[in-house]
Amino acid sequence: MTITTTVNGIERSVDIAPEASLLTLLRDELGLTGSKNACEQGECGSCSVWLDGELVCSCLVAALQAEGRSVATIESLGDDARLHAVQEAFVEAGAVQCGFCTPGLVVAVADLLERDPHPTDETIREALAGNLCRCTGYAKILSAVHVAEEASR
Amino acid sequence: MSVSVRGGRVGERARRIDGIPKATGAHAYASDLSAENMLWGVTVRSPHASARILRIDAHAAARAPGVVCVLTAGDLPAARTFGLEFADQPVLADGVIRYAGEPVAVVAAETHEQARRAAELVEVAYEPLPAVLDMEDALRPDAPQLYEFGNVLRHVHIVRGDPEADAEVCVDRYYETAMQDQAALGPEAGLAVPAADGSVDLYAATQWLHVDRQQIAACLGLPEEMLRITLAGVGGAFGSREDIHVQIHACLVALRTGRPVKMTVGREESFHAHVHRHPSRIWIRYGATRDGALVSADVRVLMDGGAYASSSPPVLGNAATFAAGPYEVPNVRIEGTVVYTNNPPCGAMRGFGAPQVCFAYESAMDALAATLGMDPVELRLKNAVRTGSTLPTGQALTGSAPVRETIERCSAIPLPPEERATGRDPIAYPGGAGNVGRGEALRRGVGYAVGFKNVAYSEGFDDAAEATVTLRPSADGPVAVIRTAAVDYGQGLYTVLAQIARTELDVDEVVFEPVSTESGSAGSTSASRQTTMSGGAVLGACREIAEALAGRVLEEPITRTCTYHHRATTGLDADGQGSPHVSFSFVTVRAVVEVDEELGLVRVVQLAAAQDAGRVLNPQGAEGQVEGAAAMGLGLALTEELRLEGGAITNASFTDYLLPTILDVPPIETVFVEEPEPDAPYGVKGIGELATIAVTPAIVSALRAATGRELNRVPVRPDDLVGIRPPAATTGRAPIPDVPGQKAIPEYHGLRLGQQKLMKGRNT
Repeated sequence: MTITTTVNGIERSVDIAPEASLLTLLRDELGLTGSKNACEQGECGSCSVWLDGELVCSCLVAALQAEGRSVATIESLGDDARLHAVQEAFVEAGAVQCGFCTPGLVVAVADLLERDPHPTDETIREALAGNLCRCTGYAKILSAVHVAEEASR
Repeated sequence: MSVSVRGGRVGERARRIDGIPKATGAHAYASDLSAENMLWGVTVRSPHASARILRIDAHAAARAPGVVCVLTAGDLPAARTFGLEFADQPVLADGVIRYAGEPVAVVAAETHEQARRAAELVEVAYEPLPAVLDMEDALRPDAPQLYEFGNVLRHVHIVRGDPEADAEVCVDRYYETAMQDQAALGPEAGLAVPAADGSVDLYAATQWLHVDRQQIAACLGLPEEMLRITLAGVGGAFGSREDIHVQIHACLVALRTGRPVKMTVGREESFHAHVHRHPSRIWIRYGATRDGALVSADVRVLMDGGAYASSSPPVLGNAATFAAGPYEVPNVRIEGTVVYTNNPPCGAMRGFGAPQVCFAYESAMDALAATLGMDPVELRLKNAVRTGSTLPTGQALTGSAPVRETIERCSAIPLPPEERATGRDPIAYPGGAGNVGRGEALRRGVGYAVGFKNVAYSEGFDDAAEATVTLRPSADGPVAVIRTAAVDYGQGLYTVLAQIARTELDVDEVVFEPVSTESGSAGSTSASRQTTMSGGAVLGACREIAEALAGRVLEEPITRTCTYHHRATTGLDADGQGSPHVSFSFVTVRAVVEVDEELGLVRVVQLAAAQDAGRVLNPQGAEGQVEGAAAMGLGLALTEELRLEGGAITNASFTDYLLPTILDVPPIETVFVEEPEPDAPYGVKGIGELATIAVTPAIVSALRAATGRELNRVPVRPDDLVGIRPPAATTGRAPIPDVPGQKAIPEYHGLRLGQQKLMKGRNT
């Protein structure tokens, strides 16, 4: 079946299986592989995107639910030439190791800082509790959030 | 695609060279790859742990929409088994199933969904057989035998001095550790692209391209030069990518169909697609004088290797040689055995045999300190090895060994302030906001552990690393180009190699060529070895270039290839004597925990680590290694356990296999002790595995201090902390297999044979 959805500001019509997830739509049909598939159960946050401005795990959203709505992915935040402040902060703070969780975390942190520009450690930990990272032990991720929020002071 | 980066020399907090593409999502991991006209492959796996395959009916699957081919054991063109140490693991089960999750068939279709659906249509008739599901059962004479030579995969016997020597004080303890999973976030994945001449290009996530190629090419029936492997982005590994996962299956389908084939597993399948950390049972007795000098250690280590050998032999070698701890013990007996069972295969995971025994020897050291009425830190300081000490294998510790310094530096890190028990934000209680208690039953505890591990491969294996560096002129000044086949799966190796090139050649810009088998072997990214080994190769090449340049202005490119060898080691003799390890790294960890005694919930308040590092080349990267390693050790201490039922994993998901989250991992205070390792490039030591080893026993020590309970099994569960579940029990030491009388063990070759084959032709 065909659905029409706006992804990163561009309207897309895609023919897709009814059981496909939004993550499958993004990765396999649109080639937007920045959102990662790591758990398929909404436990790890690697596939986080915005759906009409709300942060969701795209592996838990049916592609059909994106019909007529607006999706924003990691690819909408910045690129090599112009990094988003959160991306810059992750690189600066050493919060990136293997990097597989990084796009999901960048999206989650950008979302957090939109709502709370200067969060406390407790707020950060609570906001990122749905993002698993196996490499960093999270210390440098916490630092990265502070680097990003201080940059906006 | 080559990467070009600027800035950062040895000793500086250089930014990682691949940070930006990873932060933007542009970095292409193996699971992100695609090709024109690509097929998707899916593996069919056995639900049984032990069975005979009566028949496989693939007709329905082959006729399903989009299906292009179905492969079973009968379709294999060449070698039918693979393996790191012994080629004992079937590419596709050949009549016999030895573990639940074993691959039986591969289905390839036009789309991933079609391949998945068709895989469900492959009908396999199994006759279940008796299974060996317990590592002690495997040693019973009446146990079903997995192989004609028996169930013993390897036994190591180490004796030094008189293990029966009189000691004034003794502790005799029993410990268990669970099966842990590496749980790298990136799933096993690869893309195989066939070429017109019958060769294959494989893009995969792995830890050692060349040892993959050896195994894959043999199973494809191709000479190695007809299989080119290029490293795809690697989403973590931690040992899980040392063994072959989808590579052979993808290449087989590509050769059969003439089309590119992508395979990428889901999370549930990932738990079946790689090896795990060996579960262990350890009986340990320390004898000491009344003033706390260790007299003897008598240790029995038993590990469950699962159905196939993987890297069990060297994992056991490590466990056995480290089993008496980083202490001066004049009289030692160690018996280590790893057995085959019908459980999932176990192999490499961060720490590689060291974490299991560290949990045992450090717990026993605490018990000894308590028996002696001695401060546990004092006891460790009194007995710690130093340069010049002799280890249980008879190996003289000739390198740097600042164990006392790590203990002293760690205990000097300020403790976190006491917090009030009531009135906190709920998130600051053990168990977090879900805790129904509000501080009524909090107990704080502090625990220490010292750990150690070898750097690089052991037991006579020359795991050399090759690298090629070119210095070429450009309009903006000289540029260094590095060619290496070494894998960086997140730890920051390429950043460190770039720092070395910048420092030695006085350049800003460093370019990395694609990482592939077109370069010589760099050995595995494991065993905390790459900064030493590939670092040494890049350093050597740079110094040769500097020598050739001799201070002149660079006009033409200069290229040098260097192969770095660590000093030679030896195997173990019949008494476990030899010089098996290259060098050692040490760490001391302190854990502060809070336990809700009524609910059995834990909050780790702080971890402090003093890491022996030789010399730190990149402080930011080094801290990241300690912090990440610490989180993995925390997982084994508190939550991470693969649970088996009838040999099958019952918690193969991130909902049920609990990784530490940012709420679980506390602030980690790290200090580095820098005493250069003689003969190592810049005096470096690998550090990536160390904190994992010592954090687990440090946390459990702190939990014992808080609760007074025995806690002899990890992970510690809430039931253990409130006393509902008794300590793990034993009826006595597991029997020592009759070795080598029954010829139970195939001769141990290690990877040495393979490596000799690899290095042949490069050295001549």
